[in-house]
Amino acid sequence: MHSHFLFQAFVYLAAAAIAVPVAKRLGLGSVLGYLLAGAVIGPNVLGLVGGRTEGSVMHFAEFGVVMLLFLIGLELKPSLLWRLRVPILGMGSAQVLLTTGAVLAIGLLAGLPARPSLALGLILAMSSTAIVLQSLQERNWLKLRGGQASFSVLLFQDLAVIPIIALLPLLATTKTSAVTGHSGLLEGLSAWGKTGVVLLAVGAVVAGGQLLARPVFRFIAGARLPEVFTAFALMLVIGIALLMQTVGLSPALGAFLAGVVLAESEYRHELEGDIEPFKGLLLGLFFLSVGSAIDFPFIHDHLGLVVGGALGVVVLKFLVLVTVSIVFRRQWSDTLLFGFALAQVGEFAFVLLGLSERLGVLPPDWTRAAMAVTALSMTATPPLLLLLHKLPRVRAGGDADRAMDSIEPEVPGRVILAGFGRMGNIIGRFLQANGVPTTVLDVDAELVDGVRKVGLKAWYGDASRLDMLRAAGADQAEVLILTLSDTTKIRAIGELARKHFPHLKILARSRRRVDAYELINAGFEHVYRETLGTSLDMGVDALQLVGFRAYHARRAAFAFRKHNEASMRELASHWGGQNYFNVLRAKIEEAESILRGGGAVLKDQVDAAWDNEPLREEAAKGTLRR
Amino acid sequence: MPKRVLILFAHPALEKSRVNRYLAGAVQNIPGVTFNDLYEVYPDFQIDVAREQELLLAHDVVVLQHPFYWYSSPAILKEWQDLVLEHGFAYGTDGTALRGKVLLNVITTAGPQEAYRPEGYNRFTMRHLLSPFEQTASLCGMRYLAPLTVHRALSLASLRDVEPHALLYRRAIESLIDGSLDLEAATRAERLNDVLPAPDAIVASGTATGAL
Repeated sequence: MHSHFLFQAFVYLAAAAIAVPVAKRLGLGSVLGYLLAGAVIGPNVLGLVGGRTEGSVMHFAEFGVVMLLFLIGLELKPSLLWRLRVPILGMGSAQVLLTTGAVLAIGLLAGLPARPSLALGLILAMSSTAIVLQSLQERNWLKLRGGQASFSVLLFQDLAVIPIIALLPLLATTKTSAVTGHSGLLEGLSAWGKTGVVLLAVGAVVAGGQLLARPVFRFIAGARLPEVFTAFALMLVIGIALLMQTVGLSPALGAFLAGVVLAESEYRHELEGDIEPFKGLLLGLFFLSVGSAIDFPFIHDHLGLVVGGALGVVVLKFLVLVTVSIVFRRQWSDTLLFGFALAQVGEFAFVLLGLSERLGVLPPDWTRAAMAVTALSMTATPPLLLLLHKLPRVRAGGDADRAMDSIEPEVPGRVILAGFGRMGNIIGRFLQANGVPTTVLDVDAELVDGVRKVGLKAWYGDASRLDMLRAAGADQAEVLILTLSDTTKIRAIGELARKHFPHLKILARSRRRVDAYELINAGFEHVYRETLGTSLDMGVDALQLVGFRAYHARRAAFAFRKHNEASMRELASHWGGQNYFNVLRAKIEEAESILRGGGAVLKDQVDAAWDNEPLREEAAKGTLRR
Repeated sequence: MPKRVLILFAHPALEKSRVNRYLAGAVQNIPGVTFNDLYEVYPDFQIDVAREQELLLAHDVVVLQHPFYWYSSPAILKEWQDLVLEHGFAYGTDGTALRGKVLLNVITTAGPQEAYRPEGYNRFTMRHLLSPFEQTASLCGMRYLAPLTVHRALSLASLRDVEPHALLYRRAIESLIDGSLDLEAATRAERLNDVLPAPDAIVASGTATGAL
């Protein structure tokens, strides 16, 4: 059993490791890679892993969806969620009702009984949260208005699952065994009681997030053990999922809610960084298990029915989506994205189909065909989105509509500022004052707390962690400023960032000259000695107080600084060598001679400026003319 | 009522200047004169527009004293014009703040006076070369006077050589303050020097004071 588990894990991981990079390189996106890999290792091709019989894998993997929604919630402030209320309630309900109605109508026209047709309609109306969100996020399309509409409808579908599950038993045509306690705890409660408990659970999540989160996070962060924070983050998500399941709500929805509540917490990026890898793995596992669940023998035997059915369902859903989008006055490019994204049947269908079969709502051969159709339509989604991506008009139109109603809570930071001590403080406020979106990271929870109190955006987090940098937006940021006091740490973060985010321009603080040498020799271009600017400011004022003209003093400081920066770079290469002090002495003499006018290198800098002496000589000789 | 004179002084390296320093010393303490040393007040070129505009409002005569660099003023004076002479203040429909005020350039040049002629190596007269200032004054509704010029400034071997020019400058400022300067003549002249009494006469009349 043990070795069997390890073997299974090995097969899944190997399939992902091989298929996903290949699919990405081919431009197909990771989701399709997972799905295809799943199909290959599934029972019908290589048979390395079981298909639907191994429901536990799928069940386990569904947790990836929960985490995905938690992460999406983290990026969505309550105020933004409120702004999405029209697409969520309006477009969502329109899509579910219209799709259900259309399937029901087709069923009735085909002479099928009404109840199974209605059940099938409800089930087919669902789209795949996991595939759609992962694919859109991968392409950065969630920010587009079409992406937002898709997200909103998916959110509504997540809500709609609850009444659908409640409705299904009423549609049963043959009496069979009742569902086993989905909401066991609430068994025997009245409808009002159930509602009350559900509201209580939601209230607990919201209130807990608002009131308890900060002190608890701070307590845990105080331990300064990253793995404890990771454990806590996982515990939080699992706990919420459990709570929601107990009261009969969708765990994904609960996690989403918790995410939204924590979206404005300073621990958001740390949470993102911690949950992200788990989400990625579990979601991958989920797609793999969907791929392996594709019932090839059944498809082979009923090729016309399954392929025709999948095609019919996708086209029908697409038409409904386009209609909804047009009614809600979306632009054509948004409409296309919306239609292509949500045209598949989602993973909820697996659950609902299984449930319907057990309840006797749908005959077994219907559910088997519907499951094949579902799997096929899910697999078709990434290629469909790829097709959409190839349409230049849509891409351009989509990009143009960006910005306004971003799903992200704020403009992603263009600058990441690691360390918010004496230096970071000033830099951060300066950037903020200039309207440059800046993401501040510091490991001092109390400091971060204080910073947020004065109205700046700061997050608790260790910038030396790759996932933390990524969560802070290093992929999109342009500049990384490192103002930590520990040069070793600055160097480590800088090298990490240079490796993984080569586009980032890195500005590094150095405390002492020796630190500057270390950073320069490590290849960092922008190195700042923390005392240079202030020292020269004092020097300038001192010069003025002993009678120098203000403008001369300024220019002298500039010249000194220029020479000093240049010689520091040269000295860095001598640092640790025998020659160092000789070169240093030479540089000091050079600076003196430059500023007193006798030097050779930067002679023109200060002293020769507006020097009339050569002109006087010419004037005396009478040769001052062309 | 005596007029008030604002001297905008621009020299980037006064510590190396002889003539301009001496000229400045001759006028900066005259009652009614405000001496505004631009490079000293704004060494970072961060000109305080509001302060400068208030100064303009509080004076009747604006004097630009500077060496002649590349047929114009040192850089800060251009920066000053660009920033301070705003639309709506100095020009434009509502820009009437400078109407009726007087503008005068006081300039030192290395070249001799003869060079500033069509036949000279500088090919243009001083008034030609200063036409941007004249037009600036015109757009702001100011009266532009002929420049007071000190040519061959670098050839003035000693303070004794500078003294007559300093006295002339002082005389010009004083006559602007007490209103005795013939503005019509000063507007038409080639050099303001020509409508003032000759330096020798000033020295003889004993109005000069040891300025420095």
